[in-house]
Amino acid sequence: MNRYPLWKYIVIAIALAFGLLYMLPNFFPEVPGVQVSSSKSTVKIDNALLDSIEGALKAAGVPYRGAELDPVGIKIRFNDLDTQLKAKDLLQTKLGDNYIVAINLFSASPHWLASIGALPMYLGLDLRGGVHFLLQVDMKGAIDKAADRYTTDIRSLMREKKVLYSGVGREGSNVVLRFKDEAERSRARNEIQNAFPDLLLREQDAGGGELRLLAGLKPEAQKRIQDGAVLQNITILRNRVNELGVSEPIIQQQGADRVVVQLPGVQDTARAKDILGRTATLEIRMVNDDPGALEAARTGSVPFGSDLYTDRNGEPILVRRQVVLTGDRISDAQSGFDQRTNEPAVHVNLDGTGARIFKEVTRDNVGKRMAILLVEKGKAEVITAPVIREEIGGGRVQISGKMNTREANDIALLMRAGALAAPMEIVEERTVGPSLGKENIEKGFNSVKYGFLVLAAFICVYYMLLGVISTIALSINLMLLIAILSVLQATLTLPGMAAIALTLGMAIDANVLINERIREELRWGATPHAAIQAGYERAWGTILDSNVTTMIAGIALLAFGSGPVRGFAVVHVLGILTSMFSAVFVSRGIVALIYGSRRKLEHISVGQAWHPTPDAAMAKS
Amino acid sequence: MEFFRISRDIPFMRHALVFNVISLITFVTAVVLLAIYGLNLGVDFRGGTVIEVNYGHAVDFPRVRSAVDKLNLGEFSVQSFGSSETALIRLPLKEGLSSAQLSERVMGALKADDPSASQRRVEFVGPQVGKELYENGALALLLVSIGIVIYLALRFEWRFAVAAIIANLHDVVIILGFFALFQWEFSLPVLAAVLAVLGYSVNESVVIADRIRENFRKMRKASVTHVIDSAITRTLSRTIITHGSTLLMVLSIFFFGGETLHHFSLALAIGICFGIYSSALVMASLVMWLGVSREDLVRPERKRGAMAGEKILP
Repeated sequence: MNRYPLWKYIVIAIALAFGLLYMLPNFFPEVPGVQVSSSKSTVKIDNALLDSIEGALKAAGVPYRGAELDPVGIKIRFNDLDTQLKAKDLLQTKLGDNYIVAINLFSASPHWLASIGALPMYLGLDLRGGVHFLLQVDMKGAIDKAADRYTTDIRSLMREKKVLYSGVGREGSNVVLRFKDEAERSRARNEIQNAFPDLLLREQDAGGGELRLLAGLKPEAQKRIQDGAVLQNITILRNRVNELGVSEPIIQQQGADRVVVQLPGVQDTARAKDILGRTATLEIRMVNDDPGALEAARTGSVPFGSDLYTDRNGEPILVRRQVVLTGDRISDAQSGFDQRTNEPAVHVNLDGTGARIFKEVTRDNVGKRMAILLVEKGKAEVITAPVIREEIGGGRVQISGKMNTREANDIALLMRAGALAAPMEIVEERTVGPSLGKENIEKGFNSVKYGFLVLAAFICVYYMLLGVISTIALSINLMLLIAILSVLQATLTLPGMAAIALTLGMAIDANVLINERIREELRWGATPHAAIQAGYERAWGTILDSNVTTMIAGIALLAFGSGPVRGFAVVHVLGILTSMFSAVFVSRGIVALIYGSRRKLEHISVGQAWHPTPDAAMAKS
Repeated sequence: MEFFRISRDIPFMRHALVFNVISLITFVTAVVLLAIYGLNLGVDFRGGTVIEVNYGHAVDFPRVRSAVDKLNLGEFSVQSFGSSETALIRLPLKEGLSSAQLSERVMGALKADDPSASQRRVEFVGPQVGKELYENGALALLLVSIGIVIYLALRFEWRFAVAAIIANLHDVVIILGFFALFQWEFSLPVLAAVLAVLGYSVNESVVIADRIRENFRKMRKASVTHVIDSAITRTLSRTIITHGSTLLMVLSIFFFGGETLHHFSLALAIGICFGIYSSALVMASLVMWLGVSREDLVRPERKRGAMAGEKILP
């Protein structure tokens, strides 16, 4: 009877091997380390850098445990915190601003484990400490800004096409034009329609013979502007977070208009908020290409009225202080291709005023270089410095040459970042200090540990050998749960750890159901084998039903929960799945292993199965 | 070892009316408490700022209060949190004041007052986010209820679905009643606990409903009351052991999980205790009042013959 087919044992063995292997990394301690990653897409992290880092550490006599290259960057491990900090300072000075050098804790688990994807569980901010921000992008602000730009553009268009109008202004998110003459209005309508296909035009007649033309953004254009605003803000945030030197930042869009920023390990929240919340501006200035000026500046005597900067490739460049144009004159910047040469290029659109100024400046400076700078908190970076080939009118500028597609993309993004970023506001903040995080881990761990020990002791005493089997199944459940959480790299939070404890408490339900059923079958006179058979079989339907309802609650939590609650829900849902496997499949396997081969089974050790007759009640179970 | 040696089925249903009156009274009391005191919504739902500050020594509360008071941030509260060395400062949302800078101003003032103050945790939730979390919570509760009703109606019968959801929502209301009475803080983890309890108590109802169905099939001549009584009696042992086990883990969270999980585990503990009662007694008697009969359960079983595969063990 109760034999279990071989394939089921094989499945169990595979599950156990998987569980053990992937749970393993969680047992290794964390060692202090330094992570070097690139802050710019143009800067590559490669073996040459690894060699030079190792060389630098050896030259400075800083002992390290090992250095390796992985997709994120270079990880260097140290024996203690002092060396870690020393190495961080050393590497930061050596590598410069193009690299992010961040301190971090790495798991000491062996390399081969990491190479098969076995990593320790991913701890949430409440366990490892850090900052969580939810930022909201001001969409109305973005739309209003766009309307502002269209107001200027339409005004110049009307002048250019010599349309007679009595006024242009912005009302809410609409541009309103006023006319005295119907013919002029329809001419204006046609011109605007041709020039700005994104605008939806509507005629409106106000009292007093005033004819109005309302120009609003089409819904799809609005959506594009909003999506663009969020994307842009994410790009800006990424650049700024790089500056903070965080090893594993998370910057993600959430919903239509929100951005989540998680900075594990960051303690100086004031600085983090400051850097995230700062505003960037874009400036266009002329490059000082006077002969000898750059050389003089490099030796320390910067000519009056100029500033020495470095461009994105680290080359020094001398820029005049006078600002030709600021970012608010730029209405858009997109990467694309040069129509003649098919080289990657950035297309920049200027508004009416910007176009006029640009035309004058380019006319006077053909053959000279013009620098586009992103200024953040007084720190300027030269994004690009193209040569002016000819006079550029009409406000459409193309920057091309010496760049690849990705660089063109970067430049366009950075220009937009300085030009029309919609304002952001922090709508949620959660900061957890590192000591609290450590305490939380300990508390969560203790909850699971003590709960499990007491529960196991009780079940073993109450159900004897079958109780021991249930406890083994429960341990396997815990192991599989941790292994799956590690493999999925699901975020483990303190409520998540509570969910592990709770899941174990609930998982025992399946075994209790089975064991009680077996006792009951024995009580009504079933043979031991039949009792086991019936116990598992009858209990299964109930176990399935009750887990489905718990699952419904878990999935709803997963769908609607946020932050710590989601952490709870993830563990809860996974725990239900692992507990069904271990409580039924695995425990039955063990039972079959112990009892299955005995043909004449007289007794099952499931604790006392009391019989409702006085004589039987006295009999030893 | 065996705790429950019950030789005859306990006639629970004879006292069904009593149980229902007790439930009704507790339920109404909970509703009244909720109406009078309302829930003490945490910063998650109400919006505002919470700052946990640790001093290396016992907190001098009047001093902390006066330091925060000087900042003129509206109605705030300072409480001890977990240990005597830790203070929890709650600040309301304030129009026009940049929320991001709020915590820094408070910490600045506290550090100026006592340099040993160190910030352990800051939580800020804006009004919009708080409202959304509240709405999402309510929506989750609704969806869980609907999901459970649909599942039970399909798996058993509508009477069981209705009875189970009433019995278990009654647990939820009672948990909320406790939170209203003692003004415990209702936060996101507590909401998670409430939803988990809902799923968990339904578990219990399912086990009993399963047994009722099985009994209807086996005990061909027994009356409906007898069938229900027998189902409750036979599952009693399992009910107590299971809930005891879960309660054990929850108590472990309560005692070792720290202040953050305090109310979370409390909600779970209350829910588990009332879950036993409501599933066994409220759900079963409701099913009886709704007029469940053998035909209702045994006939659909035959129809589902094709689905009998569910009973096959892995």
